Amino acid sequence: MSATSPNVILRTSPHFRSTNRVDVIMRNVVYALLPVCAFSVYQFGISVLALLIVCTATCVGTEALICRLSGKPSSVGDWSVVITGLLLGLILPPGFPLWMAVVASAFGVGVGKMFFGGLGFNVMNPALVGRAFAQAAFTVPATTWTPYMAENRFTQFIPTTLTAPFMKPPPINDWIASVVPDGFSGATPLALMKFEQVSTDTMELLIGTTTGSAGETSSLLILACGLYLVARRMMDWRITFSVLLVAALTSGFFYMLNPEVHPDPVFTLLSGGLMLGAVFMATDMVASPVTPLGVWIYGGMIGFITVIIRLFGGLNEGVMYAILLANACSPLISAVTQPKIYGIAKKKGAA
Amino acid sequence: MANPLSNLLNLGHWFGDSFSHGIHPPENKHFTANKPIRRLPFPPELVIPLSQHAGAPSQPVVHVGQEVLRGQVVAKAGGFVSVPQHAPATGVVKRFELRPTAKGPRTMCLILEVYPGDSQEVRYFEPRNVDEMAPGEIAQAVQDTGLVGLGGAAFPTHVKLSPPKEHSVHTVLINGCECEPFLTTDHRVMIEQAADLIAGTKIFMRALGAEKAIIGTEDNKLDAVEAIRKELPADGSITVKAVPTKYPQGAEKMLAKALMGLEIPSGGYPSAVGLAVFNASSTAQLGRLLPMSQGVIERVVTITGPGIEHPGNYTVPIGTPLRFILSQLGFSGTAQHLIMGGPMMGGTVSSLDVPITKGCGGVLVLTEQNMQGSLSQDAYPCISCGKCLDACPMNLNPSQMGKLAYKHRYAEMAESFHLNDCFECGCCSYVCPSNIPLVQYFRIAKSSNREQARKAS
Repeated sequence: MSATSPNVILRTSPHFRSTNRVDVIMRNVVYALLPVCAFSVYQFGISVLALLIVCTATCVGTEALICRLSGKPSSVGDWSVVITGLLLGLILPPGFPLWMAVVASAFGVGVGKMFFGGLGFNVMNPALVGRAFAQAAFTVPATTWTPYMAENRFTQFIPTTLTAPFMKPPPINDWIASVVPDGFSGATPLALMKFEQVSTDTMELLIGTTTGSAGETSSLLILACGLYLVARRMMDWRITFSVLLVAALTSGFFYMLNPEVHPDPVFTLLSGGLMLGAVFMATDMVASPVTPLGVWIYGGMIGFITVIIRLFGGLNEGVMYAILLANACSPLISAVTQPKIYGIAKKKGAA
Repeated sequence: MANPLSNLLNLGHWFGDSFSHGIHPPENKHFTANKPIRRLPFPPELVIPLSQHAGAPSQPVVHVGQEVLRGQVVAKAGGFVSVPQHAPATGVVKRFELRPTAKGPRTMCLILEVYPGDSQEVRYFEPRNVDEMAPGEIAQAVQDTGLVGLGGAAFPTHVKLSPPKEHSVHTVLINGCECEPFLTTDHRVMIEQAADLIAGTKIFMRALGAEKAIIGTEDNKLDAVEAIRKELPADGSITVKAVPTKYPQGAEKMLAKALMGLEIPSGGYPSAVGLAVFNASSTAQLGRLLPMSQGVIERVVTITGPGIEHPGNYTVPIGTPLRFILSQLGFSGTAQHLIMGGPMMGGTVSSLDVPITKGCGGVLVLTEQNMQGSLSQDAYPCISCGKCLDACPMNLNPSQMGKLAYKHRYAEMAESFHLNDCFECGCCSYVCPSNIPLVQYFRIAKSSNREQARKAS
């Protein structure tokens, strides 16, 4: 009479779900990164292609290996580690020795992500952990910049790329002189600004015809790729927006104090790794706060610290440390910015 | 009106025309939105649960073997928070027995054998003039109709007409949002029974002493707005307003925010801010039944979904078993998933023998193909994307509560994160890219907390 129909499925509501799953989001971030990768290969040649492949392969391999060693099912299928690999390749100098890239990738994913428990539990962006490790361990190669659009870039590796494992990279001044006969300073637009007060043309910064890390040069392309993710609701535009806004305001303030020494806001936004950091790294979901107010504070913090490091620190670039610092603060930011609940008066909500 | 820019940027709350957050699931209302309400035949047997509303079960006043007429009272209210039941058809009381219902546990039901040869005319009525009735009399008369919230909660309507003494209601809100995907019950009722809707609204205003009323609907039902506008009284006391289509706009707290800019206090009644909220279908039934002293014997149900051959909006006698409806409307053999209510908050039924109750506004039949992807149970860890916080209409922190629930720290969820303000709309589970069953966790947490409180007392 009341027998359960055999082909009825029992579930609890809601019976529908959005199709934006973790693997779908992560895969789309990879898609959004591909144009940036393509441009960096076009600009710097096969050395960057090799760097991207080596970083990605090492990151994926490290995650797979650690999953296997700890007896867990492999989490490579969520695509997040591919993002880490590509991003790390993009924020290293084009001629970064490949063996060092392997070490930095393994450290970034191994210590920065898997030791904390994998996706969702890492405190900091693993790609930036790897980059910070490279900066500390291999300071000279991590700050050696090579010319863009070198003539033989598609046939010849940058000499430092193929440094033998555990060896120091060879000096490349002779090689640089051979590809750019009329002299190459080896300084990024930021370094030129900081140490010589030489600004770079805005158009060049937009298009990316400057030196720098492999993928950070073209602000326009990075922004366009970010817009794709925003349109698909796979990226938090509030973080990018607040990073750029506060960076522009902070640098605008100092520019007004002393336009002779300090760069103007447009230069600040377009130079260095700020655009790449604001679009692809500050927005790392895991390492950013969850609360609506918190993401504004977090983004503002990154923009502010970046400019302060750039203007007053010993380094000419501060995006990496700014994001890592904000990553470390984001659990605290989340905790103190709990949203105001509907129907609860403000004085009670603070309790 | 809808502001596409504000929806895109999720800035709706800055413009004051909507509540903050919420989601936009695929509406799927096109299956039935343009289908006029039709009547289904009477089944051979009706199953009338004595507890199909919130509150105490009704107490039967008929005995086995007794013949009843359509519209006759068969059970009286079992207390103040309870309503009487009326016979949905002329027939004979066969027995009382425990039957499965959509709520889950078996419930005592009155089984009524319908006389096939009867004309099924409603002979029970007694016209009366509502304008001459005192507010207290109206509240009693509303209880006598057996009316409950037809939007799904099935809360006895007359209870809302007796707000706490210190509260006074200045505005009646009629809820015609019907934000659940697929369902078009309130939509069709507002179009086809606009005059009844206005009559019912006036009864509520009179009973509560309210000066004005707003009929709120979503801007995907502008044809209903037009139909209602034609019936509005000239004095301007009743208005109709379309708010942006967004789930869960039909929650009374969200509607109060969208129409009046008022927040109903946590744990409080709408009357605390001078409001009373009634479902549109309930209001239309009241406008038709109360002036004739009749009771609720049928309701409009949207029967829809890819698994139904003839989806539509049907007037169904209370107590009609699901099996009968599906056999009438063609039930594709691969359909696996039967939902009573909408896809966001409705429950799946365990058996085709469950009856349509007063609170059931929709039957949704999904096939296996529709459920692909949604059925997958594999969850990723929380990636702290914050999508649930941006979806939660109550501004809760589902991400944090989900992590606590995973560790069974239920008491902390209630104390520090306002678990009890969650009304289980399911937005968080809908948006979660990691497939974490958040609202499901919260239901478990709430019932565990209730259990603990019961043990402690």
